[in-house]
Amino acid sequence: MTADFATMLSAVFPEIGLVVLMVVVLGLDLLWRDERVRRLGWITAAGCLFLVVLSLVFALPPAEPLLIWGGMLRLDAAGFVFRIVFLLGAALTALFSLGQDDLQKHGEYYGLMLVSTLGMSLMASAADLIMLYLAIELTSIPLYVLAGFRFRDDKSVEAGIKYLLFGAMTSAVMLYGLSLLYGFSGTTQIAELAEQIDRHSVPVSLLVISLVLVLVGFGFKVSAVPFHFWAPDVYEGAPTPVAGYLSTASKAAGFAVLMRVILTGFWAVTPIWMDLIAGLAIVSMTVGNLLALTQTNIKRLLAYSSIAQAGYILVGVAAGTSFGMSGAVYYLMAYLLTNLVAFGVVSVVGQRVGSDDLSAYAGLSRRAPAVALILLISMLSLGGIPPFAGFVGKVLVFAAAVEAGRWWLALIGVINSIVALYYYLIVLKSAYLLRSEDEQKPLQLMAGWRVALLVCVTGVLVLGVVIAPWFEWAGKAGWALSIY
Amino acid sequence: MMMPLAYYVGLSAIMFVLGIIGVLVRRNALVVFMSLELMFNAANLLFVAFSAYFQLLTGQIFVFFVMTVAAAEVAVGLALMVEIFRTKHSIDLDQMSEMKG
Repeated sequence: MTADFATMLSAVFPEIGLVVLMVVVLGLDLLWRDERVRRLGWITAAGCLFLVVLSLVFALPPAEPLLIWGGMLRLDAAGFVFRIVFLLGAALTALFSLGQDDLQKHGEYYGLMLVSTLGMSLMASAADLIMLYLAIELTSIPLYVLAGFRFRDDKSVEAGIKYLLFGAMTSAVMLYGLSLLYGFSGTTQIAELAEQIDRHSVPVSLLVISLVLVLVGFGFKVSAVPFHFWAPDVYEGAPTPVAGYLSTASKAAGFAVLMRVILTGFWAVTPIWMDLIAGLAIVSMTVGNLLALTQTNIKRLLAYSSIAQAGYILVGVAAGTSFGMSGAVYYLMAYLLTNLVAFGVVSVVGQRVGSDDLSAYAGLSRRAPAVALILLISMLSLGGIPPFAGFVGKVLVFAAAVEAGRWWLALIGVINSIVALYYYLIVLKSAYLLRSEDEQKPLQLMAGWRVALLVCVTGVLVLGVVIAPWFEWAGKAGWALSIY
Repeated sequence: MMMPLAYYVGLSAIMFVLGIIGVLVRRNALVVFMSLELMFNAANLLFVAFSAYFQLLTGQIFVFFVMTVAAAEVAVGLALMVEIFRTKHSIDLDQMSEMKG
């Protein structure tokens, strides 16, 4: 099905808006050479929220998925839901970046963040291998720079270069897989891949090779074991808001392309990819949780926790059903808010206390009861305790696995969730039970941080209590991903 | 006369494996970048070969984009390396161990 020009144009309004917003931010950065430059974070956040409204008005997905712009993009519910997730993530990250002068005084910091959001948005709706590759790189290259943004800080530069080397290597491997796929099928259209591969009767072994090569690239983006080595170092070295953005929006974008490509392009080898993804899920959950147990730096702890979380989401993908995909999408929405608020608290404490060590959290409940409560909610949500969003996400992905006959996968997931609670509670122990000498000094919160923390926590509670409307959207997205 | 497709596929597979070995074994960041280029170009060779085989242009278009992206990636990489070199006076990857655990 093709669309007329007006439909195609309005479908990419939010993307055009992101480019315009980036130009505005960079322009204002040039004009404002004084204190006013600190307003750029608010402008970025407000712009992203405006774009959410714009996509709700102009870019609503049609009932039937539609190929637009010569088959480059696919206008469907999945692209729509993911775009809103990315825009929200960018807005909250911009607010958390306030108050850090080495970040907020540079317009290019927000500019790069917006470009990378644009890349993610295109990733989620890419329908062609060329578009897919370009979108992935458009997301990654600005993130390499953002990870190394504090260029006077050795750790940050090291994080940037490690991220870049891992990213370039895995994207080269993925590209080789894509070139093999092109060779097997003679098309770059993801929707036509399966049909053409079938017609050319490509041997299963060759197809599995290209599947594995492509999964290397996607595995890196979602930080699944064994492509996770970059995550702890990069999260620790990168500026904290950037680390939060990497662990949520960038991961969600990785899952969007992963689900789209393997479901549509590789249906000829469905049982094989299901087993491969299930294997990835098991090692990601287990390795992530076990390594997280001994961490003393909270950013490294959250990095290993985010590797384990990728494992839980992969459980939903491994189910291979429309319900499994919906569960994964719901989990990603819940995870975005939960992990962003966790990194938000880390950013606040890192700014005010000056350390990312677990010991910096001692006495937090007396210094800033509200922040400690927010940390409590986010940790319990990450651990999968009701009535928070993380619980609903876990129930959905595990239910999908059981429904697809993979009850053992759900069982491993549940055991892992219990193990994970241990280190989430250790963080809370520092915040609530340990005393410190600075207890009398309250933490000062900036207005932007308050707004962002409040929005996230409200979101975590709403996604955990009022499930139906959000699950309806996740369901539509899951359905759109599983048909072509 | 046309060379058989298998020759191109074979050569690109050799280039790709050499690239991977280079990335994993060499410790100098610049040499690692060269090895990465080798991997990208292995994929490019496949795209062009298949493009000629299928008599389709999409593969060649893909190659142009890949070359552009690879150039952008290297530009960012070199910038980061200059920063590392400024403090450490070395671009040996084994020296980059500020963070452990």
